[in-house]
Amino acid sequence: MTLLRLDHLTVRRGPCAVLSGISLSIGAGECVGLIGPNGAGKTTLMRAALGLMPMEGASSLAALSATARAAQAAWLPQSPEIAWPVTVRHLVSLGAMARGRPADHPSVQRATDRMDLAAFCDRAANGLSGGEQARVLIARAMAQDTPLLLADEPIAGLDPAQQIRTMRAFRDLAAEGRSVLVSLHDLGLAARHCTRIIVLHAGGLAADGSPAEVLTDELIAGVFGVTSYRAETAMGAVFQPMDTVAP
Amino acid sequence: MKFRTLIACLTALVAGLFALSLVTGVAPVGPGESYAALLRDDGGPLTMVMREIRLPRAILAVMIGVSLGLSGAAMQGFLRNPLAEPGLIGVSSSAALGAVLALQTGFAAAFALALPVAALVGAGIGVALILFLAGPGGGAFTLILAGIALSALTGALTSLVLNLSPNPFAANEIVFWMMGSLADRSFDHVWMALPVMAVGWLALARTGRGLEALTLGEDAAASMGFDLSRLRLILLGGVAASVGAATAVAGAIGFVGLVVPHLLRPLVGGRPSRLLLASALGGAALVLAADVAVRMVLPGRDLKLGVLMALVGAPVFLHLIWRRRGQS
Repeated sequence: MTLLRLDHLTVRRGPCAVLSGISLSIGAGECVGLIGPNGAGKTTLMRAALGLMPMEGASSLAALSATARAAQAAWLPQSPEIAWPVTVRHLVSLGAMARGRPADHPSVQRATDRMDLAAFCDRAANGLSGGEQARVLIARAMAQDTPLLLADEPIAGLDPAQQIRTMRAFRDLAAEGRSVLVSLHDLGLAARHCTRIIVLHAGGLAADGSPAEVLTDELIAGVFGVTSYRAETAMGAVFQPMDTVAP
Repeated sequence: MKFRTLIACLTALVAGLFALSLVTGVAPVGPGESYAALLRDDGGPLTMVMREIRLPRAILAVMIGVSLGLSGAAMQGFLRNPLAEPGLIGVSSSAALGAVLALQTGFAAAFALALPVAALVGAGIGVALILFLAGPGGGAFTLILAGIALSALTGALTSLVLNLSPNPFAANEIVFWMMGSLADRSFDHVWMALPVMAVGWLALARTGRGLEALTLGEDAAASMGFDLSRLRLILLGGVAASVGAATAVAGAIGFVGLVVPHLLRPLVGGRPSRLLLASALGGAALVLAADVAVRMVLPGRDLKLGVLMALVGAPVFLHLIWRRRGQS
């Protein structure tokens, strides 16, 4: 079953095309890592796919009504904001509210448990540390209980343990038959936890496939401009950027 | 504090202040006698004072307080800024310009409610201009900028009217009207403002869920199924109707919409939807209390409600800024 289909998606900012002619589809049970250097168009791709900005081409999500879209996909923006001192419990329950569900819906408790928030459920969400706030916001998006979750650099700012837990939670969601499209910069985490990698470069689709197919030395050097140390371990591949390469 | 307890306490406070407002005035009459005269129609002068002067005054204080408190909470929730207030979008200054023009041109004397009608028209033109300036898809930032521009323009035009006023009495009347007051209002004012305000209240009451979602920012709220353009239209319409009508019948009364939501926010756990009702009641309590105070502090000197409110509100505003400075 296809959860997201993009057909020749193009986004322009003035005369420049930030994204040009992206076509892809995401099916159920996929944990898709969206990688690419800064400015490659990762955030633009996700926002345009959700219909949050003007674009050309087609997106199956953007074509839906606002309510139907909220039932199909949850969105976790890169620069999240918590405007008021609401409790963590209430903030997570906003995910259920987006679906017209009560605050005590089981999806809220499930998301709270997944992101390990029990210890500070009753604290003001905007008084937590940056990493804790990030976890709360991931839980809020999970509580929306949608087939598809789009998350823009959700693990930036998390400590290593929480990064691994979060990626594992995304992988678990995929194992349950949902799909996650997550942008990230850590190629090792992407290789170990994603079932598929999409690489964006200069607004175009540079590669799309399994981590083993996509994450080659040539691609990493061509797209990110770095050489990397690579090692295969029992837990999966490890990538360590080593040096920049001449363009 | 539980939300229901808070609402019960605020309702009791409003009821108590309403009762106090009814027995506050220059006439040297005891409370028992006043209430008896209100309830029993004996045709005497005290019944007339109670029914024609004090009762509409107290009712207007509640209506205006509800309008300002509710609008303030909605504006702060929408703009996600505790320093926002209804005046920010220029509706009250547009209403004031309408009223000032009516006073200056003599239209205010044409019929009994000419002045508030002119103010309402001013508010309506103001909100139309704001919507035009900020555009259909503009975010909070564009709205604030448009509001600042409109406030500056209407403020300048009001000053121009005063500047060119050939008649010092008219200028004096304008200045006093702009200070805001509930003195000498009648049930005519209540019946004129109530339907407009009620439309505004109903519109603002519908914004609760959208404001909750906006806690997470505009992008997240939009992805949660909320049409932000529609929310903004409902919110601006609601603020324009309620605050426009409030300014039309009582002149400019500032700080209620700023201070009340700020004071009550911790008591509702920061939740924007719960703050709407709490601020509406809190606003009613504050305006009632201030209107009682202007009659008690300087009886017979007609201390203006807007002046007292600014004297109390400005230090609270400064305190807010001071605390934010400390946080950053």
